[in-house]
Amino acid sequence: MSYYKAEHLPHFGDIGEGAPELAKKFFDYYGAVFAEGALTAREKSLIALAVAHAVQCPYCIDAYATDTLEKGCDLAEITEAIHVATAIRGGASLVHGLQTLDHVKKKGM
Amino acid sequence: MDSGLVHIDDPLTRHLDGLDLTDPASGPKRVARSLRARREPLASPAVQLERIEGAAGGAPDFLTTVQAQGAAASLRPLSLGIFQVNLGKLCNMTCRHCHVDAGPDRHDEVMDRATVDACLAALDQTTAHTVDLTGGAPELNPQFEYLVEACVARGKHVIDRCNLTILRAPRFRHLPAWLAERGVEVVCSLPHPRARNTDAQRGDGTFEKSIAALRDLNAVGYGQGDPKRRLTLMSNPAGAFLAGDQAPMERQWKASLKREHGIDFDRLICLNNMPISRFLEWLEETGNTEAYLQRLTAAFNPAAVAGLMCRDTLSVSWDGRLFDCDFNQMLDLELQFGADAGGVARPARVEHFDPEAWRQRRIVTARHCYGCTAGNGSSCGGATA
Repeated sequence: MSYYKAEHLPHFGDIGEGAPELAKKFFDYYGAVFAEGALTAREKSLIALAVAHAVQCPYCIDAYATDTLEKGCDLAEITEAIHVATAIRGGASLVHGLQTLDHVKKKGM
Repeated sequence: MDSGLVHIDDPLTRHLDGLDLTDPASGPKRVARSLRARREPLASPAVQLERIEGAAGGAPDFLTTVQAQGAAASLRPLSLGIFQVNLGKLCNMTCRHCHVDAGPDRHDEVMDRATVDACLAALDQTTAHTVDLTGGAPELNPQFEYLVEACVARGKHVIDRCNLTILRAPRFRHLPAWLAERGVEVVCSLPHPRARNTDAQRGDGTFEKSIAALRDLNAVGYGQGDPKRRLTLMSNPAGAFLAGDQAPMERQWKASLKREHGIDFDRLICLNNMPISRFLEWLEETGNTEAYLQRLTAAFNPAAVAGLMCRDTLSVSWDGRLFDCDFNQMLDLELQFGADAGGVARPARVEHFDPEAWRQRRIVTARHCYGCTAGNGSSCGGATA
């Protein structure tokens, strides 16, 4: 079994049941974030898809795989966005290697 | 006649002068043959309608939704603006999403001269400012140039709904200059500004041929902002998702096509795919039917109703029948002129076109109409909301 249920996504708004005011603030903010601005809605959708992979959220992947397609992105653009997330995640591990390198150099002969 | 071959002794295709439309050189093919030629049950409009009703699940019928949203007044007929003629189902391509189920094997469904003349006689009784020519590939009809000339002579704005690749086929290379001389607007199918999605929908090699045809159109003055040489690109999504926002997509496409291919165009229009015919077949084969119908009904946008094309469009089929739109035409949902004394509505034919009866008709709807009210709205002119 899975802890994740695809049918949660269209009912995201139900989160307002416990704290309606906070939910309203969140969804208003969310809508404003993704509006066309200094960045295009299309660019924001690709960023969202990349972040969805970094935080490994299946709901977000479901939502933004469709949204990027509807914004006119194709598989090449979508895959490049995922590689951006992958590069940052991988790079984040690797650059910490310099801390390890410092330790090894200090303690080793 | 299901061999898929074009018979050169056929009077409707004799002008093709031996051009083999089944040959990929005449135009890319995404599916081997039409639903009709494959004798698929989905070739039947009744089977399609039944499947749409079933897949729409609990969604109310279209008219009920329009009324519940207080948009019923927005669905009343307007005066006739667009006279749309489907010149036939013959095509040099077999796109995966084709709502017409067009292809080389549909060579027996091409509008003849008598019906073309009946269209012109009907046109003369209307206020239509635009004549919109579609198909199939309308250029493959031997009456295409005659009809364009007759409409231009009447001062009408003429639209050629062009699949682009036909402009690269032998015998049709003269068309870009010929259309330019007559001020015909060319509305070209191109799902995406790159090859992958374009070829996935329309067949391998489509993108390359389309770019070559767009260069031909640019070379004769199309796409440079001249209203007499208007070049419109038309995008249907290559998959089970809704069409995007036209304005930002147009900006992105213009930059992309200019940068990658040096191509200019005037505007982009975005249309949703209708869950009928070969697109419905694809939805069925990929298990997307229910989810797509749910997407369309859930995305109902009341603001898209007022701009629906059925309000000001008359759609004529190759055999002279009348419809509220090209989609109803493919589903055999004929335009109904008022019920007679016996309460029987009369199916309408172009030879008996009656402008007053047309103005008083009730627009024919079914659940496929959710395709035109989803998201940004959708019509042959693009978004409606």
